[in-house]
Amino acid sequence: MVVKSKKQNFSVYGDGPGNRTIERHTLSVLVDNEPGVLARVIGLFSGRGYNIESLTVAETNKELNQSRMTIVAIGTPAVIDQIRHQLERLVPVHKVNDLTEEGEHVERELALVKVICTGEKRIEALRSANIFRARVVDSTQESFVFEITGSADKVNAFIDLMIPLGMVNISRTGSAAISRGPNEM
Amino acid sequence: MKTVLKNKSKTVTSEKTKRMSGAEMVIEALVEQGVDTIFGYPGGAVLPIYDALFQQDKIKHILCRHEQGAAHAAEGYARSTGKIGVLLVTSGPGATNAVTGLTDALLDSIPLVCITGQVPTFLIGNDAFQEADTTGITRPCTKHNYLVKDVDQLANVLHEAFHVSGTGRPGPVVIDLPKDVQFAEGSYVSKTNAVTHMYQPQTEPDMTAIEEAVRLIANAKKPIFYTGGGVINAGPKASKDLTEFVKKTGYPITSTLMGLGAFPAHEEQWLGMLGMHGTYEANWAMHDCDVMVCIGARFDDRVTGNIEKFSPKSKKIHIDIDPSSINKIINVDIPIIADAGSAISAMLKVWKEEKYKIDQDALNKWWSQIDTWRAVNCLSYKNSDTIIKPQYALERLQYFLSKDKRDSFITTEVGQHQMWAAQFLPFNKPNRWMTSGGLGTMGYGLPAAIGTQLGNPDGLVIDVAGEASILMNIQEMSTAVQYNLPVKIFILNNQWMGMVRQWQELLHGERYSESYTESLPDFVKLAEAYGGIGLRAETPDELDDVIEQMLKTDRVTIVDVRTCQSENCFPMIPSGKAHNEMILAADADKFDKKLV
Ligand SMILES: Cc1ncc(C[n+]2csc(CCOP(=O)(O)OP(=O)(O)O)c2C)c(N)n1
Ligand SMILES: [Mg+2]
Repeated sequence: MVVKSKKQNFSVYGDGPGNRTIERHTLSVLVDNEPGVLARVIGLFSGRGYNIESLTVAETNKELNQSRMTIVAIGTPAVIDQIRHQLERLVPVHKVNDLTEEGEHVERELALVKVICTGEKRIEALRSANIFRARVVDSTQESFVFEITGSADKVNAFIDLMIPLGMVNISRTGSAAISRGPNEM
Repeated sequence: MKTVLKNKSKTVTSEKTKRMSGAEMVIEALVEQGVDTIFGYPGGAVLPIYDALFQQDKIKHILCRHEQGAAHAAEGYARSTGKIGVLLVTSGPGATNAVTGLTDALLDSIPLVCITGQVPTFLIGNDAFQEADTTGITRPCTKHNYLVKDVDQLANVLHEAFHVSGTGRPGPVVIDLPKDVQFAEGSYVSKTNAVTHMYQPQTEPDMTAIEEAVRLIANAKKPIFYTGGGVINAGPKASKDLTEFVKKTGYPITSTLMGLGAFPAHEEQWLGMLGMHGTYEANWAMHDCDVMVCIGARFDDRVTGNIEKFSPKSKKIHIDIDPSSINKIINVDIPIIADAGSAISAMLKVWKEEKYKIDQDALNKWWSQIDTWRAVNCLSYKNSDTIIKPQYALERLQYFLSKDKRDSFITTEVGQHQMWAAQFLPFNKPNRWMTSGGLGTMGYGLPAAIGTQLGNPDGLVIDVAGEASILMNIQEMSTAVQYNLPVKIFILNNQWMGMVRQWQELLHGERYSESYTESLPDFVKLAEAYGGIGLRAETPDELDDVIEQMLKTDRVTIVDVRTCQSENCFPMIPSGKAHNEMILAADADKFDKKLV
């Protein structure tokens, strides 16, 4: 008879894969603009345990009834590869481009940043906004709303500057991206 | 929920439009798609379709006793005939009951088209009676699904659903059809005019990769073929070509649970199934090989064991129709995205054209190595004169099957009996083995046998069952009786959820938590109560007689084979262990105690 100790000290399934390098990739996904397509994509990420950093989507071709999604995902290279293949498997998905993989691309996001400040801080906020080419889109005696576009890093840097000056709210769009040069995606 | 707006203008101009109701379109499209049998269960939200069914005679409807049963029956039908299985269920509970069957079909890549009724469009979202968010619930368990709100799109969606279900990697597709759309009149689009070209997965292989693969295969010293359900799904010709190719090479071959029958088990080159309960020789050959040719299999964790230690010395070729299967679990050297059938016939062609010769010396050495593994006789068991060993029961069953002239089809439930059936029953042809592999669904076997029998009226269909599993869809006895389907249910009755008990014995310190079934029914009387035949064998010397009687009956028959309660299924690779760490029956006592 098998001798067994009382307690079970680790899972019989083992520990799973160890830590691996985590990368951030920007995927551009051409989809049919139809009800449920967003739910399909989101469901894929939650169902398979993938991580999304941001996702943007809007119709880009009315005639063909197509939308473009830009997804910033993080994971190991193998997981990123899986994400691309799993997206390609969805019936309403026409094309998936891994922009990070395919070379040069531009990435922009827009943020609206509300700052409540007066006096010195007000001047400082305007000066920083100027350096970052943020526009004032709303202003009262004691507040501003700035509009800033740029890479996620640039937006982050701007937000970091605004926090001590009285930033109260932000609304960010997430990245939209497209490849550089004459190549079609 | 694919919109087919863009197709509308085309269909209107290119065809004399036939006007009909949505319900009639369903029938029309099914007939055009070559469907003659569907499985289902009526309810309020599909009554218009049932009304249309009543008024035609081209499609036979099989009334199952539970929507899960209908789904598995459609699966059994699909798997044994190579056609697309169709089921029709009502909204709400009808749809949710079908979910297990849909998930089962998704994991085992079985083509199904499931039409679900839905509350009228104007009530959707109102928590109406028998409303469920069917497309929401089935999104992750289907290959694709549709909610059709406009009757003019319905015909196209129906044709597209068949196209999506059967093209590329097969899978289940749901069409959710609100009741008002079934009543509404619209224009029908015929199969030839339907626009389904949006979904076109790659099925033809890249020939450079094929050539590279064949070269690697020809130069291998310790090769192995590892094939799966993809070969079965590719149709009988794929199995025929596989057999020819493997025989030409003289190499050993193993397969997954889903792939049994693609290569004839009576051939010398067949090593038996691989994986958690696979043979010693198959798993060791996988571990030690230098070239692995994986065709239509997906490196499932029940096959690979510990992936860090999986076949460390081999170059791997992976042929799969689904790009997402490649490098998902195991990194491979030559990936080929293609239908298994196209890839095999391409390889065969290259092999013949290039007149490849194998390294016979190396192969002889490899075979003598394999023979030492075979000599271990990993499936041996201690027989008994007084108690029926489950393995013995299957050996006797096999003996009588081999003498029977009928084409035999085996389905199973899930548990030890399923693994023993895979180990002890040889499959020589594809589409003869229906089992729930990916999902491991108890209750699959009886409805699947019903579907199989309907698809193969002259076949001998046997469900190798466990006493716990069979109770999960026992109501389908009534279906078998209604349609005179003489399926045989061969229960290896050990009174335990044997597979659960085995894990509890080996991995959970013999704490048998809730795995014993008190108060089992009298299966003989149960069979009789349904209008079938009940038989029982309690000792080994009763067995042959009972099996012979079973094979002679012309009605659904339950055979209650009382087997040894404590028998374990070996060999076994414990989860997380490697192929070369498998345990044989003989050294069960040396079971790795670190695990418990
Ligand atoms: C629907 C479902 N519930 C639970 C399980 C977990 N499970 C796997 S095997 C098994 C026991 C099956 O018992 P039985 O049908 O008697 O077969 P045996 O192992 O005894 O041959 C259970 C409960 C499952 N696979 N499916
Ligand atoms: Mg049992």
